[in-house]
Parts: sequence; structure tokens; C-alpha cells
Amino acid sequence: MSPLPLAAAGSQTSLWIFLAFVAATLVITWYSARKSSGASAYFAAGRRITGWQNGLAVAGDYMSAASFLGIAGMIATNGYDGFMYSVGFLVAYLTVLFVVAEPLRNAGKYTMADVLAYRLKPRPVRAAASLSTLTVSIFYMIAQMVGAGVLVRQLIPGVSYELAVIGVGILMVIYVVFGGMLATTWVQIIKAVLLMGGSILLSILVLQRYDFDLGKFFSSLTAITSTTADGQSVTRNFLTPGLIFKNPWDQISLGMALLLGTAGLPHILIRFYTVPDAKTARASVVWAMIIIGLFYIMTTFFGFGAASLLGPDHIATNGGTNMAAPELARFLGGEIFFAFICAVAFATILAVVAGLTISASTSFAHDFFVNVLHHGKEQKAGEEVRVARITAFVVGALAIVIAIILGPSVNVAFLVGLAFAVAASANLPVMIFSLYWKRFNTTGAVTGLLVGLSSSIILILVSPDFMKEPLFPLKNPALVSVPLGFLGAWLGTILSKEKPDEAKFTELMVRANTGLGAEKASAH
Amino acid sequence: MSSPHEDKDHTPTVGSQTDIAPLGRSGPKPEHERTADEDIDPVQWSRIADDADFKALVRRKLRLIVPATLFFIVYYFLLPIGVGWFPGLMEKKVWGAVNLAYAYALSQFFMAWILAGIYVAAAAGWDRSEHALLRKFGVQHR
Repeated sequence: MSPLPLAAAGSQTSLWIFLAFVAATLVITWYSARKSSGASAYFAAGRRITGWQNGLAVAGDYMSAASFLGIAGMIATNGYDGFMYSVGFLVAYLTVLFVVAEPLRNAGKYTMADVLAYRLKPRPVRAAASLSTLTVSIFYMIAQMVGAGVLVRQLIPGVSYELAVIGVGILMVIYVVFGGMLATTWVQIIKAVLLMGGSILLSILVLQRYDFDLGKFFSSLTAITSTTADGQSVTRNFLTPGLIFKNPWDQISLGMALLLGTAGLPHILIRFYTVPDAKTARASVVWAMIIIGLFYIMTTFFGFGAASLLGPDHIATNGGTNMAAPELARFLGGEIFFAFICAVAFATILAVVAGLTISASTSFAHDFFVNVLHHGKEQKAGEEVRVARITAFVVGALAIVIAIILGPSVNVAFLVGLAFAVAASANLPVMIFSLYWKRFNTTGAVTGLLVGLSSSIILILVSPDFMKEPLFPLKNPALVSVPLGFLGAWLGTILSKEKPDEAKFTELMVRANTGLGAEKASAH
Repeated sequence: MSSPHEDKDHTPTVGSQTDIAPLGRSGPKPEHERTADEDIDPVQWSRIADDADFKALVRRKLRLIVPATLFFIVYYFLLPIGVGWFPGLMEKKVWGAVNLAYAYALSQFFMAWILAGIYVAAAAGWDRSEHALLRKFGVQHR
């Protein structure tokens, strides 16, 4: 058989596997829509998700296509540096576990701003927190949507960029509008299981080629031959650091964004409201850490495996770095396995964008609409959920339009870095201060959020990603913008005459540390 | 914190014909009927906060969290620092073809899992102190 019909058969299979995934998730959405009613059911899945389920969902919410395809490709074409990149994604969960997960679950209701606004003036704090949440979610979402469009074009020939973006957009809106948090959670759980299954299988098939001898596997990486841009053949040791990353300060800044930003990502934080109590929130972080850790360790096998078995030149001429993992699957398991890995990659994108959509719409409805515009009271019963559904629809439509206008050739990697940087510089400093610093006040929270947000955006705009002769040398602004976020929050506090509400701080301390008065799980 | 639902009570005033169960109660509401705001009286927050056992609990938490956080931050940043400024050291072979750079990066995963394990073990103890504390104040946890 000639390669062309083979590839077409592969894309057919891939399409069928993907349609099966979509059908399963739509059934779940229909079931969730039938079951759920009320705000706590819509925004927090009735707080009845178990620890391991939420752990899987956190992992499903977090491991994006950039992690799966991007890191695999980075390792496959340039070796060790790509693996170093994946380390930060797991270590970051220690910040989530130690600092935010339990106090958040104990003292909040639906959003991060619940904890920030607790002892401060709610309206300005919520308005600023909602602005930073929407910024993070929408930047991250556009990056995912553009990525989805590009990928699908490569995975399923015949589907255009625009069609793929519209398809992903419509599906994520359906999950969130009709199924709410419960449907989103299950989409993420299924995706996490599929992604782990695919990665484990891929790793086993790679190791089989080396008779399951790790020594032999690593030895094969010491001499990988590739062709440089000017046509010369070079042989490099792929375990050597520094083949892509030349400026160590870039790595330190990125590491800071990951370590502190993960604990400020709104779509991860709202996941901790879906469990019954802080103890389960803690358990779910641990489950997530096991899954995420195993996944990133496995990038060793399929990333380096692609380098050694396929070689960087083969990857460069067969779809580029993003296609390293699917191409490896084709090489090891034939068209069906290729199709399966492609479908997994697509499921990955869908689960992440659904999580981002619900975090954006929850923040707009709960923080901005109900608490800022209407002083914490619904005008009509069920209004909060209705506004969230409309927001999800609008956010989905906006993301589709922006992703189509930007087009497939735009570089979106910086948007992901920016989302982490804003989360680390705006959200985390304010969260830490409001939990631990008695004197912290409203002015401090608002200045902290706004300084963190604006400094991240401004520094990105003058960074090497945007300017030929950059005013700021680092690709990720976190190294400078995180200290600025802390400084803004601190200066805002000490320079304002506003008296902190000590009784409320005492109450927050007791609530955050004991879970007294925390939101309960809904009854069956 | 204010509740997002402000449900009107449509029950007619006490004493009307439809009022089968008289609304006015003597004594406190039973536990399960309290709303979040009524759950404990406001004075009690500060009574708990001033309690020696509560303060000890918070101190015990911070005694683990602060050093553990500093430890993992230092442990993590030694990787980009080592790779960036001490490449010679990091390229030393430690096992077959595996160099220190890879081994140290891999060790980060185990470091994170071990620290998470230590935290969870300690938190089980905090949970017990927390329950004892709440029993002392006569408030139900859940």
C-alpha cells in the first residue's frame, strides 16, 4: 500500500476515536444537566467530587497539549533542556499543597476572590481579582484555541484551522453552559485517564525497543545526529544541558512563574471547591501530584525515545516538533496507535479549555456581576448561574473570533507564559498576604493585583517575544513582576490610612485553619 | 460573607390560619437548622483564635510549611543555577550515560513526592488537634 491511503486510514480512525470521546462527554453533559440545579451544583459540582476524582480532574485541567506535544517535541529535537522544563510543572504543586488548597476550601465559596475579599472591602477587591482571573483565563484559552486549530489541521487532514477552532469552541461552550462544573470535571477525568493510558503505552513500547534495559536506553541518547539549518550534520549528546536554553536567567524567571503561578491559576483553584472539605482538597492535590509527576517523568521515554528512534531530522520533516509524540506512536504501533494518540491530544485541549471557560464565567458571574454590581445579592433566584451560562457563551464566542483573527501562524507560546506570570505576580502575593498578614488592607490588595497584572503585561510587550531589540531581556517577566506584585501589595497597605478589620482577620484565621463554617457538600 | 440567595420567607405571619407549626421557638435552633451565619456566635471566633491550643496548632503548621517551602524553592532553583553556571559539574556521569543534570532533575520528582508525603502525615495530626479543639468549643465540624 502507498503511504497516502495509509495516512488517510489513520486519520479516519483518529476521527472515529475522537468522535467516540465527544459522544461520551456529551452523554455526561446531558446527564449532569439533568441532575444539577442550584449555584453550588453548577459552580462546584455540589462539592461531592471525591479526592482521587478531583486529583485526576486537576491533572486533566493542568496537563495541556503544550505539555504533551510541546515538551515531547522539545526533548525530541533538543534533548535535556525540554526535560528540565517539565520539572517545574510538578514542583509547583508543593506551593498549591502547602499554601493555598486547604485555606481556600475552608474559607471560600466559588472563586479565589472569596478568600481575598473576606476581610477587605469586597467590591474593589473582587473587581480587581475578577479582572486578573479573566485576563489569565482568556490569554490561556486563546493560546489553547490557536494550538487546537494548528494541531487538528495536522492530525486530521481535510479539517481547516477555522473549522477546528469553531468545533473546539462549540464543544467547550456546550460542556460549560449545560453541564457546569460536574460535566467539566468528568471531561477532565476521562481526558486524564486517556492521556495517562496513551503515555504509559508509548513509554512501554519505547522501552521494549531497548529490551527494557534503561542503561541501553540512555546510552543510545549520547550520540544523536541531526542536520543544522545550514545543512551540516552534527552529532550531539542529548543528555547535555544547554542545547536550547542559552540564558540561565530565562530559566530562573520561568521557574519562578511556574512555582508561584500554578497556585494562582484560577481554573486550578476553583477545582478545590468541588470536594466536600479541606482534607479531601489535600488528598486531591496528592493524587494530582502522583499523576502529574508520573506523566512528566514519562516525557523522558517518549521525548528521548522519539529523538533516538526517529531522529530530529525525521521529526522536522514530518510535521515538526509538535508531531514528535504522534509520529513516534505511528512508528511503534502503526496507524491505529497514531490515531489514538492524536485523539488523546485533541481530548487534552478540550478538557483544558472547558476548565478555563468555567473559571472565567464563574468569576464574572460570582465576583463581578453578583458581588460588584449587585452588592452580593441576586436580583432573581438563579440569576448567578444564568449570568455564568451567558458569560460562558460570550467567552467561547470571543475566543473563537480572536483565535480566527490571529490565525494559525501567530506565536502563542508567550500567552501561556504570560498566564503563569500574571497568576504568580498578581494573584499569589495578594492571596498570601490576605491569609497571613494582619495589617493587609483593601488598598494593598487592589494595588498588588493591578501592579502584578500590569507589570507582567508591560514586561511581556517589551520582551524578546515581541521586540527585535527588546527593552527587557527575559522571555518571562516573573523574576521582576513577582517582586513588584509583592511590593505593590505591601506599599499599598502601609501607605494607606485604612484600618484593617481585625475581627474579620481573626475569623478568617480560624476558618482557614479549622474549616469551621466552611461550605458543605450538598445532600443527594 | 453574604449569601447569594436572598429567599423571601413566604410563610404568613405567626398566628395566621395556615400557621400549623408555630414559628416562634423557645431555645436555640437544632444544629442542622442553623444557617452558616448563625453557626457560631461572632464572639467565639476570637475566643478560638485566642485559645492556646489554636495558637499551638497554627504554630505547628507553620513550623513545617515555612522550612519545607524554603527547602523546595532552594532545591528547585539549584537545577537552573547548576545547569546555567556549572555545566561542567552537571555533565559528570553518575550512572552509565546518565549525567548529574538528568539525575538531579529526576530527583526533583521524588523530592516533591516525599515532601508531599511528609506534609500529609503531619496534616493527619493537625486534623486530630483541630477536631479536639472544636469539641472543646462545642462546635460541630460537619
